[in-house]
Amino acid sequence: MARFRGWIQAGAVLFTNLHLPNFIKGGIYQGKGKNVCVPGLNCYSCPAASGACPIGAFQAVAGSSKFRFSYYISGFLILLGVLLGRLICGFLCPFGWFQELLHRIPTRKLSTKKLRPLTYLKYVILLAMVVLLPAIAVNDVGMGDPFFCKYLCPQGVLEGAIPLALVNSGIRAALGKLFTWKLCILLAVTALSILFYRPFCKWLCPLGAFYALFNKVSLLRMKVDANACISCGKCARACGMDVDVTKTPDHAECIRCGKCVLACPTGAVHFRYGFGDGSETKGTITAETNMEESN
Amino acid sequence: MQPVFVQKGERKLFQSKKAMIQMILLAVGAAMLCYGVWRGEVQIVLSKAVRLCLECVGIG
Repeated sequence: MARFRGWIQAGAVLFTNLHLPNFIKGGIYQGKGKNVCVPGLNCYSCPAASGACPIGAFQAVAGSSKFRFSYYISGFLILLGVLLGRLICGFLCPFGWFQELLHRIPTRKLSTKKLRPLTYLKYVILLAMVVLLPAIAVNDVGMGDPFFCKYLCPQGVLEGAIPLALVNSGIRAALGKLFTWKLCILLAVTALSILFYRPFCKWLCPLGAFYALFNKVSLLRMKVDANACISCGKCARACGMDVDVTKTPDHAECIRCGKCVLACPTGAVHFRYGFGDGSETKGTITAETNMEESN
Repeated sequence: MQPVFVQKGERKLFQSKKAMIQMILLAVGAAMLCYGVWRGEVQIVLSKAVRLCLECVGIG
């Protein structure tokens, strides 16, 4: 599966943006497909978007005059989180793929290992900008702004504002300071993505933060066969998310990209799907084994 | 650091506990999704998603 990740990512981007002719028309798809959310971060103002963005949809419900929390979106994300965990980040997210493509630009690459505390920032963003502020900071009619979409998300500019402004003069004329601010964020994320591996996913993405909460209980897991592992460390060095799969196979930052699987010279690292921790094989390394050892 | 292992039957306890947590979470997720659909959140999602999101593109 890991070998075909690039193709799967491209397919997922196409699947979440099926209505490509809308890029020329300058409008957005308005069909019933937008009742349902897509799994990755994909702005519903992208002309081609075939579904709703889960983060935008959550804020739309929480910021509505009728509700303060979205059970629909939370339930949807919990299901995806348990079924796939952060595999969605590694395989299905359009903005994750965008950052990966930028990272392929041949320049000097920098490590994010020393910036690990920043990974907690995305949880603060999820709680503050997605869950709390749209529900609490409301206007006279009880409606709140989608704070994350409005002030932080670069995907709306990349997929929505830029393509729409190119073909629609009305939208182009209406862009103001907020667009400039968000364009600066997009440019910063773009520049950082060239130097660092997936900076937005690591530090800012609230959707990644939500899925990260479920990595430990996800049905999809990483497994290391201890009988085959020679402790060469190649898996840890191959990981762009700074995870050592032999120590913490269910780490919240692991996006299940499978680079460790490909890097392992003995085939000791592999995916496993199913209920339980899947450690039928004697000597298989799991999150619990390391936890027990530390106790 | 060398990888560490569990060698005993405690793994079964972990397995069943974890499987139970996974099943409970799947049930909770499905229940929340259905409750959200029942109380009409889907209409709000659709009405937001089919219009140009001004905040998202930087107009709002």
